[in-house]
Amino acid sequence: MGVNDFAKLPHIGESLKRKEDGRFLTGAGQYTDDIRQADQKYAAFVRSPHAHAVIKHVDTSQAAAMPGVMRVFTGADMQGKMGGLPCGWLISNPDGSPMKEPPHPILAHTKVRHVGDQVALVVADTPEQAKNAAEAVQVDYDVLAPVIDMRRASQGPALHEEAPDNHCYTWTLGDKAAVDAAFATAAHVTQLDITNNRLIPNAIEPRAVNAAYHRASDEYVIHVANQNPHVERLLMTAFVLQLPEHKVRVIAPDVGGGFGSKIFLYAEDVALTWAARQLGCAIKWTAERSESFVSDAHGRDHITHAEMAMDKDGKFLAMRVHTHANMGAYLSTFSTCVPTILYGTLLAGQYATPQIYVEVDAWFTSTAPVDAYRGAGRPEATYVVERLVTRAAWEMGLAQDEIRKRNFVTQFPYQTPVALQYDTGDYHACMNQAQQLADVAGYQARKQTSQAKGLKRGIGYSSYIEACGLAPSNIAGALGARAGLFECGEVRVHPTGSVTVFTGSHSHGQGHETTFAQVVAARLGIDPSQVDVVHGDTGRVPFGMGTYGSRSLAVGGAAIMKALDKIEAKAKKIAAHLMEASDADIEFSGGQFKVKGTDKTIPFAQVALTAYVPHNYPLDTLEPGLNETAFYDPTNFTYPAGTYICEVEIDPATGVVRVDRFTAVDDFGVIINPMIVEGQVHGGVAQGMGQALMEHGVYDVESGQLLTGSYMDYAMPRAADFPEFTLGHVCTPCTHNPIGSKGCGEAGAIGSPPAVINAVLDALKELGVKDLDMPATPARVWHTIQTAKV
Amino acid sequence: MYAFTFERPATLADAAKLAKAGGKLLAGGQTLLASMKLRLAAPEQLIDLGGIRELAGIRKEGNRLVIGAMTRHADVAESKEVQTAIPALAELAARIGDKQVRAMGTLGGSLANNDPAADYPAAALALGATLVTTQREITADDFFQGLFVTALNESELITAVRWPIPKRAAYIKFPQPASRFALIGVFVAQTDGGVRVAVTGGGNGVFRHAELERALDKSFTPAAVADVKTDASELNGDLHGSAEYRAHLIGVMAQRAVAKAVG
Repeated sequence: MGVNDFAKLPHIGESLKRKEDGRFLTGAGQYTDDIRQADQKYAAFVRSPHAHAVIKHVDTSQAAAMPGVMRVFTGADMQGKMGGLPCGWLISNPDGSPMKEPPHPILAHTKVRHVGDQVALVVADTPEQAKNAAEAVQVDYDVLAPVIDMRRASQGPALHEEAPDNHCYTWTLGDKAAVDAAFATAAHVTQLDITNNRLIPNAIEPRAVNAAYHRASDEYVIHVANQNPHVERLLMTAFVLQLPEHKVRVIAPDVGGGFGSKIFLYAEDVALTWAARQLGCAIKWTAERSESFVSDAHGRDHITHAEMAMDKDGKFLAMRVHTHANMGAYLSTFSTCVPTILYGTLLAGQYATPQIYVEVDAWFTSTAPVDAYRGAGRPEATYVVERLVTRAAWEMGLAQDEIRKRNFVTQFPYQTPVALQYDTGDYHACMNQAQQLADVAGYQARKQTSQAKGLKRGIGYSSYIEACGLAPSNIAGALGARAGLFECGEVRVHPTGSVTVFTGSHSHGQGHETTFAQVVAARLGIDPSQVDVVHGDTGRVPFGMGTYGSRSLAVGGAAIMKALDKIEAKAKKIAAHLMEASDADIEFSGGQFKVKGTDKTIPFAQVALTAYVPHNYPLDTLEPGLNETAFYDPTNFTYPAGTYICEVEIDPATGVVRVDRFTAVDDFGVIINPMIVEGQVHGGVAQGMGQALMEHGVYDVESGQLLTGSYMDYAMPRAADFPEFTLGHVCTPCTHNPIGSKGCGEAGAIGSPPAVINAVLDALKELGVKDLDMPATPARVWHTIQTAKV
Repeated sequence: MYAFTFERPATLADAAKLAKAGGKLLAGGQTLLASMKLRLAAPEQLIDLGGIRELAGIRKEGNRLVIGAMTRHADVAESKEVQTAIPALAELAARIGDKQVRAMGTLGGSLANNDPAADYPAAALALGATLVTTQREITADDFFQGLFVTALNESELITAVRWPIPKRAAYIKFPQPASRFALIGVFVAQTDGGVRVAVTGGGNGVFRHAELERALDKSFTPAAVADVKTDASELNGDLHGSAEYRAHLIGVMAQRAVAKAVG
């Protein structure tokens, strides 16, 4: 079935209310912390109060003797019994040598390398006893100087023996000689130094794990707040604990948000699984919010110098970028590919820039590991490109929209100079619709109204592109990926015609149980209520790569479509037999099988029943049953794109930035459930505005302490901080997956930060302000205005 | 949270007795309980004042409002008496924390805690309130003594606060972006005894601003304070605002508060 026919089916494009919300809204959700096993014990971790220190001695004697304590484990107990946490992507230096990949121990053994680094594990009968005992563990530290500022990391003390100058890798992409040559002939060069601020993920459900070992079956059952349970199992069994994979079941039940931070294999998950076997029980740990702040993988944290070379008309000739990327203290699971594969390849943006060269230096610092966070590399790239383009426009005396329109890619497929090939898109259409919805025509009048109130109004553009559904596996493998990037789907038709779908994608708030049910219901001509979606359980789902990089529908949904193709093909054979016709003469639509050119039909449910009660059935040529599995490995990324327009009003007396209007026009290809997509865009835009205006993870340079370790100092955005968003859509269906969808989960967080900052800078231009880093807090804006006045 | 015992006395006398024996008084718990959850506070016994009826309530006595120490922020915010007599106080209460905080937090708890960024201390100081305790009466000018320090003796409880009704008053809070406590809050009041201006959020505790008061005594207009500078060296600076920024904000918030009071 072609994409156009698929998109016209019933339930496709229908804002069906979410099937999962009933249990979420009535407190019936089952999160990891809700799971209680027989013989349930509880864990607490002893964490480092220092950013960098040698562990001289750990005394657990007092803690071990406390009430209810089963055992206290230290790094020494684990030494030699397991591997460290693996990094899932190998990045190579320009000379071909591999990145520095120092060990990432499950419990710190000789050294701690960031505040919150886990040093010991206490297992006790109650959470309170575990916590009390953890406080009684005596650790003798020799405190060393921290390494916080990555620009000076090479001069700091080495965090790892393997990386004496704290340098992890240098990565380059593009033709440097061609770029340099283009710069030499440019009519104008625009330069920009920018910081992409460190963010701390704040899923509503903190990380949690409940690991059980069952002696009778020699099996492990691990409940964990995770986005990809099969990957968690593979990494843990094959690379860390050397356990038989088939004896380990990982279940990610209801999960309350992830934003990337729950993709990774964390030390706590491994430590509890191992300890459960040692003690023969189930052990549960749920992070407290203050633990989440210091131990979840953080996001972003780049320092970049970018240059754009242009001809006299503002046509882009070449772009040159250097970025310092903070890895934190250890290499988290996908940390290394974020500022490289997911960043450098996106620097073309929506523009036909002929030559691009990017160089990235990655550094170890004594901070929490940095890894993928909603957008993962693509927000960083978009921020560089869209800030640079707006500044270039102003330097060239062009309007923000004009310079973009002059440089948009218009012919597809388009091969960028940074490896990607865009399959389809219509960037002018997104821009035009955004300008209409944002009432750009009325902007000058609004600016005058603001002016009369003593306020500064500005407008900012951002035309983003992202690459979703990371693929194909073989090309990713050639680029250093240590995992496949396909997805698996199984469609199980029951005898009565209802359906259970097993998907390797994982929903932690995205609404897959509804969207995927709509896809299956549309294809089979049944009601979505007849379709249940099972995910997040290695014991029930054949395999899965999980959910990240806005891949669920484009890759996971495509796998389900492939399985549905098989279901339909087999069902047609059964129907042909029942109606005594040839397979080739059977048509299927609206849930009815029909013999072409006749009025003979039978419903889907009758075929389903026949498959399981095969009395009148071609048993000699066809197996009974109607249950099909498919794996789908995409042939290319998908390329969602759009234009965002932000209008801000700034009070120069206080520096307060108020977002007055925000318009987002996105091209996500075919949309299954518009309400869910809108929700994803709203959340993404709010997260991006959080980064632009409020959020900032800050470590003290002298002490290495996290200064923003709670909501008292880490500024989370709230609904009341934003206006109602105006959304619009353009649809150019993805050309290479059967749904035609592109992915919508990260777009808002990718596209919005530069739109906001460009608007702030536009507003402050008349005060002499040229530059401003995120987050544009009131204090920072006010100080910037004061400095510009001087 | 560490284990603790819990008492809920029905009379002030019983509460005072328990406090004298070492128990920790629990009013609304919006600071204490959070500190206990973080294990930053570890009282062995909590004495919940929520069962003492005489501590809650709002009434007018002549030219004064009397508000019981255990009156919740939400009740002050919604009180017609307060809204009519001192609208600035009702509005202040309506903007403390979030809905959950306002449903539990109390006037007496906030004043006794004397958080340097709390709202109520600014109102008490600017309005020249009198704090009635189990032992005596203390003027606001004498009560607040710096970072979390007050004139209260151990086992001395605030029972009520008497608020003289001002001619005009207003409070403007500039929220710290993360906590939403006051980065700077300025309460201006035109009282029978002259103009009083109290600033919260800027230093180690709420303080009166003599220069602003002098300027406003001459002319109770925003323009009168437009050029009044605040010495930044007396103020705190942190991640959310330098001392210089806070000093500047005091001037801006003072102008806006006066503009609001004037109407």
